[in-house]
Amino acid sequence: MPLTKEEIAKRIAQELHHGYYVNLGIGIPTLVANFVPQALQVEFQSENGLLGVGPFPMKGAEDADLINASKETVGTLPSSSFFDTATSFGMIRGRHIHLTVLGAMQVDQEGDIANWKIPGKLVKGMGGAMDLVASAKKIIVAMMHTDRKGNSKLKVKCTLPLTGVGCVNQIVTDLAVIEITPQGFCLKERASGVEVDQIIRATEGKLIVPDIVPEIQWV
Amino acid sequence: MIRKTVADVSVALEGIQSGMTLMLGGFGLCGIPENLIKAIASSPFKDFTCISANVGTDDFGLGLLIKEKKVKTMIGSYVGENSEFERQMLANEMEVILTPMGTLAEKCRAAQMGIPAFYTPAGFGTEVAQNKEVRTFHSKNYILEEAYQADFSLIKAWKGDSAGNLIFRGTAKNFNAIMSGAATITVAEVEELVEVGELDPNQIHTPGIFVDRIFQGASYEKKIEKLTFSNP
Repeated sequence: MPLTKEEIAKRIAQELHHGYYVNLGIGIPTLVANFVPQALQVEFQSENGLLGVGPFPMKGAEDADLINASKETVGTLPSSSFFDTATSFGMIRGRHIHLTVLGAMQVDQEGDIANWKIPGKLVKGMGGAMDLVASAKKIIVAMMHTDRKGNSKLKVKCTLPLTGVGCVNQIVTDLAVIEITPQGFCLKERASGVEVDQIIRATEGKLIVPDIVPEIQWV
Repeated sequence: MIRKTVADVSVALEGIQSGMTLMLGGFGLCGIPENLIKAIASSPFKDFTCISANVGTDDFGLGLLIKEKKVKTMIGSYVGENSEFERQMLANEMEVILTPMGTLAEKCRAAQMGIPAFYTPAGFGTEVAQNKEVRTFHSKNYILEEAYQADFSLIKAWKGDSAGNLIFRGTAKNFNAIMSGAATITVAEVEELVEVGELDPNQIHTPGIFVDRIFQGASYEKKIEKLTFSNP
């Protein structure tokens, strides 16, 4: 069975480590926060200017001066801090953020990513995505393996306008966990019941397939 | 002390003219200079170049200037959630320059801090890097980005005193803190204006030297764009 969006987020949560500062993009990445093991000390950053993003407020406790980068009302934690947006991107550019998780339209075998613009369609802007992919220590992309028409999103070369070059480390899709190596995509894990052949067929770029590809384990 | 207080929003905007470049603080509708935007929207001036992270909504924030067709060039980062903006952009009635959020922030901060340009890795290898100088430092590629040059910086703080010292609240600090002092004239509107001595110097976020004019704004609406709650 291919993974649900929640399961993709749950698998990515396994990549969190003690002491990590993490930036989550919108969409599937946001769900990662729901799967953080209780004992793990991690802190989420919102690039508009909040470190230590808390849960959404209870009704009546919302505050117009307290939003996340998706402009949603959020809460704080006892460890939270506020700062201006230049300081926030200093945390990102200065590589103080350990992990960035974001969505994508395409990723290619060299680690290039396209996630902000489709020519001929309405463009809403790149927001912080270009800064994040250019600077994070580790970048994980959360996305479906293929688009709605069945085209592979794991390309030989991105065809859409790029967000960043040579920056993606890992991809978690509904079918597989894939690492990006100097030799191309490398298949590390597969979703339960998904055959390696299906992943090969759904991957346009060069895919290295080890002799044994374990199924994703839920710890 | 050097007094920065002005009587009201109209005095605060003295000198503003059509065709000027304006910086506007805020992120989404959070921490926007509501009174200054409304005053400009109802003024005869137009053809502005606006520098702001976002473009407000159809009926609030920077959206009010867009609705009145006062924005000739928009320099921003994420410009969704405003249908009139989309219409003007697609009809080529407005020039739009999209900029990575961190670059936009740093171009403000650089202007504030007297740095004419800086290198950043954001946008290298993308269309953002077109016609920009590229340099390699420690085997990583960077592009040269220049500080903004603006006529007016319009910002909003939570509290301020008559010397122009500012305190922000929550995530409303965003671009307000880095646009102060980044233009020829900085105007700050605050929810609460107090006399000097009433704010603790230890708690000041932006020193008054970065602010030229300050006034207490009237009837803040502080609209919320996306209300999200936890389940009880």
